Amino acid sequence: MAEPFLIGENMTGGYGKADILHDCTVAVEKGRIAVIVGPNGAGKSTAMKAVFGMLPLRAGTVRLNGEDITALSPQDRVARGMAFVPQNQNIFTSLTVEENLEMGAFLRRDDIRPTIEEVYNLFPILREKRRQPAGELSGGQRQQVAVGRALMTRPSLLMLDEPTAGVSPIVMDELFDRIIEVARSGISILMVEQNARQALEIADRGYVLVQGSNAYTDTGKALLADPEVRRTFLGG
Amino acid sequence: MEFLNAAVVLANFVLIPATAYGAQLALGALGVTLIYGILRFSNFAHGDTMAFGTMVTILVTWWLQSLGIGLGPLPTALLALPVGIAATAAMLLVTDRVVFRFYRKQKAVPVTLVIVSIGVMFILNGLVRFIIGPDDQRFADGARFIVNVRDFEAWSGLQEGLAIRTTQGITLVTAVITVALLFWFLNHTRTGKSMRAFSDNEDLALLSGINPERVVTITWIIVAALATIAGVLYGLDKSFKPFTYFQLLLPIFAAAIVGGLGNPLGAIAGGFVIAYSEVAVTYAFKKVLGYLLPDRLEPDGLVQLLSTDYKFAVSFAILVIVLLFRPTGLFRGKSV
Ligand SMILES: Nc1ncnc2c1ncn2[C@@H]1O[C@H](COP(=O)(O)OP(=O)(O)OP(=O)(O)O)[C@@H](O)[C@H]1O
Ligand SMILES: [Mg+2]
Repeated sequence: MAEPFLIGENMTGGYGKADILHDCTVAVEKGRIAVIVGPNGAGKSTAMKAVFGMLPLRAGTVRLNGEDITALSPQDRVARGMAFVPQNQNIFTSLTVEENLEMGAFLRRDDIRPTIEEVYNLFPILREKRRQPAGELSGGQRQQVAVGRALMTRPSLLMLDEPTAGVSPIVMDELFDRIIEVARSGISILMVEQNARQALEIADRGYVLVQGSNAYTDTGKALLADPEVRRTFLGG
Repeated sequence: MEFLNAAVVLANFVLIPATAYGAQLALGALGVTLIYGILRFSNFAHGDTMAFGTMVTILVTWWLQSLGIGLGPLPTALLALPVGIAATAAMLLVTDRVVFRFYRKQKAVPVTLVIVSIGVMFILNGLVRFIIGPDDQRFADGARFIVNVRDFEAWSGLQEGLAIRTTQGITLVTAVITVALLFWFLNHTRTGKSMRAFSDNEDLALLSGINPERVVTITWIIVAALATIAGVLYGLDKSFKPFTYFQLLLPIFAAAIVGGLGNPLGAIAGGFVIAYSEVAVTYAFKKVLGYLLPDRLEPDGLVQLLSTDYKFAVSFAILVIVLLFRPTGLFRGKSV
């Protein structure tokens, strides 16, 4: 099998002494969507942080486009084309929507107007609210700001930790549509989702994480069809 | 007429001095609030930073005066100010390199940094006294008044005169320019926005590629400018004495906290709230009331709520009251 665009392979590590991740592997192909699901506290967010270099790994490697980036700092990974939307506190609440986008593009020295326009086209509501402090937006709008901010570096890989948290079903479908749109443009997406069923439907690859280990790994469709996965993780 | 006389007395002894003092406190509080927002600790060395910057400015002023260089009606200290700011910036950056950075790398908790800043305060304290001495220094030169009492009386025909000192005028003009520049910088430049972003959400700022060390460096430089300007304006208006600057720490912190720590707009509002309260509570209103009230009601006492010796109690009382009812300050800063 060819090397995936991004892979966190056999990752073991945690925040302190105790390991949270045990030999955990997640990967995503170019322009595809990979989804990590699992119960609360399974280590999904921890796996994302590990892939982004925000957590020291005791074992395992992270490779981007075939290159070992395990030792790189998060900032260096941003410079290599990775972008991350954390689960919590993923916007600058006191900055306006547009300033949030500008800060997303902080490392760029070229003209960022076209990218801001692209984000506004993707999330039209943000254009309307661009002069408002992001902290005054609704939950769904905030998530759009968070994703927009991450897109500002024009990343080749977008990592999203529960982008639909606290979002109504209609907006959630919207957001998933936008995410598919982003993937179509060639950006690989690695995302954690609580809404496992919908997420696996759009996933090219799905990972079920339990207690920091891979429990099931397959295509999204296959996981949805697996009676064992359905019974234990998707509620029947 | 009586009413106008009362208004003039009030302006002369309360409004004008308190406005100048408020502007000085506001500039001081802005420095405190910036450090709190970006470096996330209360810098107890701020009063002595102001003293350091003022001291350098005074020394350069004396040197310029000895060369016969001046600004005519304006104080020579304005010419020396940039040197004071540069020296203070250098001093703060060295302090950051040798002291604060160590604790930042350790991710020390804020209370540790506060105690470290007290240590820095003592060192600066000693340094300033060692160089310029503990005594009062006056360094204001140029014209003393923009409006003086006699001219005002002649012009208005009132019994009471109004005086506006040059230093009060300069304080206001300088404060307005400084604050305008600061807000323009914070709101309209890439670097300024990155400072606000860093203050708002440090982790996300890192994820966006904002370099924390650069943000910290720029913060210290801005703080040096604010502290030196505040100190020099205060010194021109009153006089320079190292111990007084150390004492200014209380009203300055009160201003920053009352306005909401970390919130620049709050620091400015807080500065004026503290200044007006302090001056109003310690001013003897006998004369004002004498004009306003009919003769038989004229007060016998001074009508002074507190003697000026208690002016620090005012800052403290306001601080306590605000924290009781609005722990995040008037302008929703970070809670303390
Ligand atoms: N900053 C941290 N320091 C120490 N332990 C942490 C930290 N963050 C998470 N943990 C622990 O790591 C484990 C996995 O947490 P993680 O946040 O990765 O779970 P998750 O799968 O993302 O859960 P959720 O679905 O609730 O977001 C939990 O037991 C948690 O207590
Ligand atoms: Mg999580």
